[in-house]
Amino acid sequence: MMNFDDPKFRVKVGLAEMLKGGVIMDVTTADQAKIAEDAGAAAVMALERVPADIRAEGGVARMSPVEKIREIQEAVSIPVMAKCRIGHIAEARILEALEVDFIDESEVLTPADEENHVDKHRFTVPFVCGCRNLGEALRRIGEGAALIRTKGEAGSGNIVEAVRHLRTVQRQIKTLTILDEHELMAEAKELQAPYELVCWVAEHGTLPVPNFAAGGVATPADAMLCMMLGAESVFVGSGIFKSSDPATRAGAIVGAVTHWQDPHKVAELSVGLGEPMSGLDIAKLTPDEMLSRRGW
Amino acid sequence: MRCGVLALQGDWEAHARVLERAGSETIAVRTPEDLEASDALVLPGGESTVVLRLLEREGWMDRLTRRLAAGLPVLATCAGVILLARDVTPPQASFGVLDIAVRRNAYGRQVASAIVPVRLAAGFEGPPTMEGVFIRAPRIERVGPDVDVLGWRGDAPALVRQGRIVAATFHPEMTPDDRVHRYFLHVAGGLS
Repeated sequence: MMNFDDPKFRVKVGLAEMLKGGVIMDVTTADQAKIAEDAGAAAVMALERVPADIRAEGGVARMSPVEKIREIQEAVSIPVMAKCRIGHIAEARILEALEVDFIDESEVLTPADEENHVDKHRFTVPFVCGCRNLGEALRRIGEGAALIRTKGEAGSGNIVEAVRHLRTVQRQIKTLTILDEHELMAEAKELQAPYELVCWVAEHGTLPVPNFAAGGVATPADAMLCMMLGAESVFVGSGIFKSSDPATRAGAIVGAVTHWQDPHKVAELSVGLGEPMSGLDIAKLTPDEMLSRRGW
Repeated sequence: MRCGVLALQGDWEAHARVLERAGSETIAVRTPEDLEASDALVLPGGESTVVLRLLEREGWMDRLTRRLAAGLPVLATCAGVILLARDVTPPQASFGVLDIAVRRNAYGRQVASAIVPVRLAAGFEGPPTMEGVFIRAPRIERVGPDVDVLGWRGDAPALVRQGRIVAATFHPEMTPDDRVHRYFLHVAGGLS
């Protein structure tokens, strides 16, 4: 059984708590990292290519080159995250050796293991993992993830999948809270989630770790929508550096996450941002093109 | 007494929960107007650069500077300590009302974050130490003559008081031990 009181786990979740109400921005260079920090990013995610480019260029997407990560760590004082491929325990160990502040075991990169995710309990560095539903979230937490994000559809500029995943997780949490305790094992079977974690969520009505949103955020309104649907922070990937004026848009999205309960303020923040990234129609993607289907 | 919690970014909800449990009326402070409605203020943990950007961009600086000069009681944790410190290394703008020198991320990156006992000064009821949750924590490297040290991590001051400012480089809001919050409410005049 997982022990949420374990100091090692509490310290991991502690950093996730500090990132609440913030925006984590994808960056590929030190210059972009500086722009993100100046705009008010709570953390940056170092990667080789933003998801929209991974999608456009194809090929195998891997962990960011080590020199890139170091360059970004040198450039900013905010936490630096980096992505490893699903199940790539070696990339994960290398990122830990580089002392990144958080590892994202991410479906945006090409999976290294089609069956297993990393056993995250064995690491000192905290992990964030994506989910499409509560079962997936609890499987990742069972493996030791200290932070959950909805997958959305990375690099699409389309918020529809993030909304689907956020709503699904919230609905499934609410459902657990009204079930009779005798129904929880059957529900755990249905969700394909660890029974003890299902019981924990049923009792507390929330996930045991923070829940952020990701995948398709392109505008301050998209970020506000994620917060309205219960996300506690927002990851923005291609939405910033694939837009016409990244610094201004980044600042506006930061403001929208802080002031999501104030539509007047978000309206003002949404003025003069230039062009957003162009988006994709999810219905026109083939199942193979859906990054969110990677992992289980 | 109404205690505001700066709710721009970070773990402000955890502070609000502890304060409410301790019996204080608590409001989330998201605008300079909310600040006017607060008799005391908590500067929570989070990223100090983010909070500073938002304060600058949204026109808080003059008003908050005035309230601090007028003796607003403040509880600052982690990033909040950096915002109040007189000297910050590596350099970053700050309000400078707390006469300490502080080094940001002094213990290193997240892999160096840890839960370490904080030894308390005489005067606190209960156990002589409390659990100190240090997350990418700053370290206080100098304290001025008007600053009382109330808790230590090893040899380094981790909990200090100057007048009606109480500052912790760790996160008392992340433990069930609410002595720091109760002490602050007492200092601020909201709890007898």
